[in-house]
Amino acid sequence: MSLWLTLAVNSIALGGLLFLLSAGFSLIFGLMRIPNLMHGSFFMLGAYLGVTFLDKGVTFWLAALLSGVAMALIGSLIERFLLKRLSGQELPQVLLTLGFSFIIADLCLMIWTGDPWQPATPAELRGALQVAGLFFPIYRLAIVAVAVVVAIALWLLVDWTRLGAKIRAGVDDPPIARMVGIPVSRLFTLVFALGAGLAAFGGVVGAPYLSVYPGMDAEMLPLALIVVILGGTGSLVGAFVGSFIIGFLFNFGQAMFPDLAYVILFLPMVLVLVLRPQGLFGKVVS
Amino acid sequence: MSGRAPRLAAIGVAIVLLLTLPAWVANSYYVNVASQILLWAVAALALNVLVGYGGLVSLGHAALFGTAGYTAALLLQAGHGHFVADFAAIGFTLLVSAIFAILSLRSTGITFLMITLALGQILWGIAYRWASLTQGDNGVNVTTRPHLFGISLATADAFYYAVLAAFALAVISMAIFVNSPFGASLRGTRDQPRRMNALGYNVWLIRFLAFLFSGFWTGVAGLLFVYYNQFISPQIMALQTSAEILLMVISGGTATLLGPIAGAAIVVIMKNVASAYIERWNLVLGVIFVLIISFMPDGLIPGTTRIWRYGWQALRARIASARSVRRAGAS
Repeated sequence: MSLWLTLAVNSIALGGLLFLLSAGFSLIFGLMRIPNLMHGSFFMLGAYLGVTFLDKGVTFWLAALLSGVAMALIGSLIERFLLKRLSGQELPQVLLTLGFSFIIADLCLMIWTGDPWQPATPAELRGALQVAGLFFPIYRLAIVAVAVVVAIALWLLVDWTRLGAKIRAGVDDPPIARMVGIPVSRLFTLVFALGAGLAAFGGVVGAPYLSVYPGMDAEMLPLALIVVILGGTGSLVGAFVGSFIIGFLFNFGQAMFPDLAYVILFLPMVLVLVLRPQGLFGKVVS
Repeated sequence: MSGRAPRLAAIGVAIVLLLTLPAWVANSYYVNVASQILLWAVAALALNVLVGYGGLVSLGHAALFGTAGYTAALLLQAGHGHFVADFAAIGFTLLVSAIFAILSLRSTGITFLMITLALGQILWGIAYRWASLTQGDNGVNVTTRPHLFGISLATADAFYYAVLAAFALAVISMAIFVNSPFGASLRGTRDQPRRMNALGYNVWLIRFLAFLFSGFWTGVAGLLFVYYNQFISPQIMALQTSAEILLMVISGGTATLLGPIAGAAIVVIMKNVASAYIERWNLVLGVIFVLIISFMPDGLIPGTTRIWRYGWQALRARIASARSVRRAGAS
């Protein structure tokens, strides 16, 4: 019983982290049509920056925020000065982001070496909550809480604010949006920065759980991809549901069939592609 | 006709040079580098079928490459003969290619790319994590190379000729493919999928067959690779390999026959040279990607010609303006 419970709690926590990772990916990929293969790198580099801040004595949440802001800046610079010039050209965008993912991976290996870093769980989040005789580790619950808060904030931002309306207008019809005075180009940079920042923030929040190690980028990117394919590109609800499905499958799969954990991840993706190629919550693009 | 003669002459010289390479290179290290170039050229040609002629950018080809290598290596390790192992490897790679194609051809463009990437990473994950089957990170050793027509391929020279033969077959099949009605219809699905559909072509089937054709040669390249290295590990199936093959295709210029071959030569030589001086091949690879995309988005060879021509024109313009200034000063 307690094993299943632990697995379930871990799954929800991983789902929360995956949401932080893939929400931005879904927005960038679904709304802006940019195949951002750096997204796993943002997560990893963010986590490395975070552990460095922690090492310098910064508190946990501040380190996560600082790392998110730093990565948002880096992301917006890459978008503004390199990706923007390639707008609409998919192959060059793929190659550019792929190139950056290699550069970031190698720089991280140079700076932070090949050994994994695992920061301690912040003091205020250690221990467990006791509910109805069952123990729930506070840190895992905190990850989920953060993910839910971010999800609600993003949903409010995109669906209920003026800024979100402008972003949606810019996505639906960029020329007309520009004509009515919406700064589409600047908004896209903002969305990209937001996605990069969220990924980095997720990387730091997840660091005490997943630790940070070389190759993490290449592991997180396909997870984000599967989440987005599963949930439907550009759909925040899809990213949210997809994240938790993958979180559960990954943890339970690894516990029950350790050899085949990756194959199990792959099954729902295959099903969705065959039965509903636009994803669970995706819209059909004409 | 006059434009064709130098081209044919160049091809003739290239064939003679390739056939006599072990004789004038003499050093087995360089013969091995040549084998590497040729086997990667086969992989690049195969990917170019999809990227160049089909307009479908796959980032999952390293997984197909590795599938062939792993199948052969595991069957050989289990005690099967080379003949069985090689045929099974190609057959299984074709099967995996078909599955990849069925799933990824649900879409085109970046979604196609993302699906092939995800599928490729999953196969990498199997090779890496399913340790009871693939021996995980330790990889699989292949102790012997096969005999071909009674000749052992154990030496660098003999293996080079085997790779050259496979490479020649690949080039010939690509040339036939490009000039065939099928090649033309694939280009049609790249440029005008709707019109092709309206004309009664089965766009999906054309793409599917192209994927199988690409998968077949990728499998052959993977087989050559595993015999060349006599070892295979999950690393070869990682995204980086797919990216390297894609770089070969792009850097040489897509949708040409010679482009991917030139690209394979450039990348393999750079990799060999770079790894002799620095450990950071990934960094170099990344910087090359970023530089190519920023300055020569049409590929290294067309890009270099363009920049060369541009520079030449700028130089001439400057000389001309300098002259006119001088003339103006004189008058």
